[in-house]
Amino acid sequence: MQATLVHGHPEPKRIFLIVWVWLLALTGTETLLAYQHVALEVMLIALMTLSIVKASLIIAYFMHLRFERRSLVLTLMPAVVFVIAMLFVVFPDSLRLLRMRPH
Amino acid sequence: MASQETMPSLPGATAPESVWSGGVSPYAVVPKKLGMWLFIVSDAITFASLILAYSYIRVASVNWPRPFDLWPSIINANVMTVVLLTSSITVVMAVRASKMGRRGTTARWLMATIAGGVLFDILHIHEWLGLIGEGVRLFSNPWGTPMFGASFFALTGLHMLHVTIGVFYLGVIAWGFQRSKFTADDVEISGLYWHFVDLVWMFLFPLVYLMSAKTAWF
Repeated sequence: MQATLVHGHPEPKRIFLIVWVWLLALTGTETLLAYQHVALEVMLIALMTLSIVKASLIIAYFMHLRFERRSLVLTLMPAVVFVIAMLFVVFPDSLRLLRMRPH
Repeated sequence: MASQETMPSLPGATAPESVWSGGVSPYAVVPKKLGMWLFIVSDAITFASLILAYSYIRVASVNWPRPFDLWPSIINANVMTVVLLTSSITVVMAVRASKMGRRGTTARWLMATIAGGVLFDILHIHEWLGLIGEGVRLFSNPWGTPMFGASFFALTGLHMLHVTIGVFYLGVIAWGFQRSKFTADDVEISGLYWHFVDLVWMFLFPLVYLMSAKTAWF
């Protein structure tokens, strides 16, 4: 398939191995971060940010979306990001409840 | 399908089968691949809803349990993550081999991926049994917020179900591709599903395990 081949040849293995190493490194970073003494909401934001980076690498390279036609990317990604963002609109309310914890 | 006669003046419509001329292949992918992408989008929203619910009660709960010691739980979850990431690489290799028409090599890479999925399931079930042995039930546990069990088992259980379905799916594809019943597109589409399962774990691992790790100050 043209979408999978670059100049008639598959992408070099090296690209995927580099992404794999990055994903492992980010996983290690997350684990180290989990043992830092920081506020719960800071920890959550930091871990989820790293997870979004990891997910983006998987989507772009392993799922090959970086090499697909732009029309496919524009059809899929903005919609799903928008819907998930709308779901999380209510999330800050959990932080309000966090502040109400007895100390 | 629109022809040049009916739509001659469309910008970019240089050929009768121009991608913008109406219904040929605007995304340049086979229909079943687009179908898998749409399934992945809908499943992503399902998992996002569960992750939102889990995150909400995790942050808002006064005494959320932190039952996961560095050894064995956090180390075990790290090993599970490495296994799943590695199985993504093996499926990439399978897709690559299938595009080059190497049927035997493709099947072997797919079998390696299946082995990764089975290992992931075994490690996860071991983790579940450990928690159940410590007294975690759906609506009770020895440590704190009673909903910990229900939310943990629901979220990780749905993911484990996806892994298990993926193991069977890849098995069917490996079997069929080696016998020329499936094409390289089918291998690629099954790979998309597997990568999605991997992607979901990238959120569950920090949220479920790392955010509930037992530390010196909690």
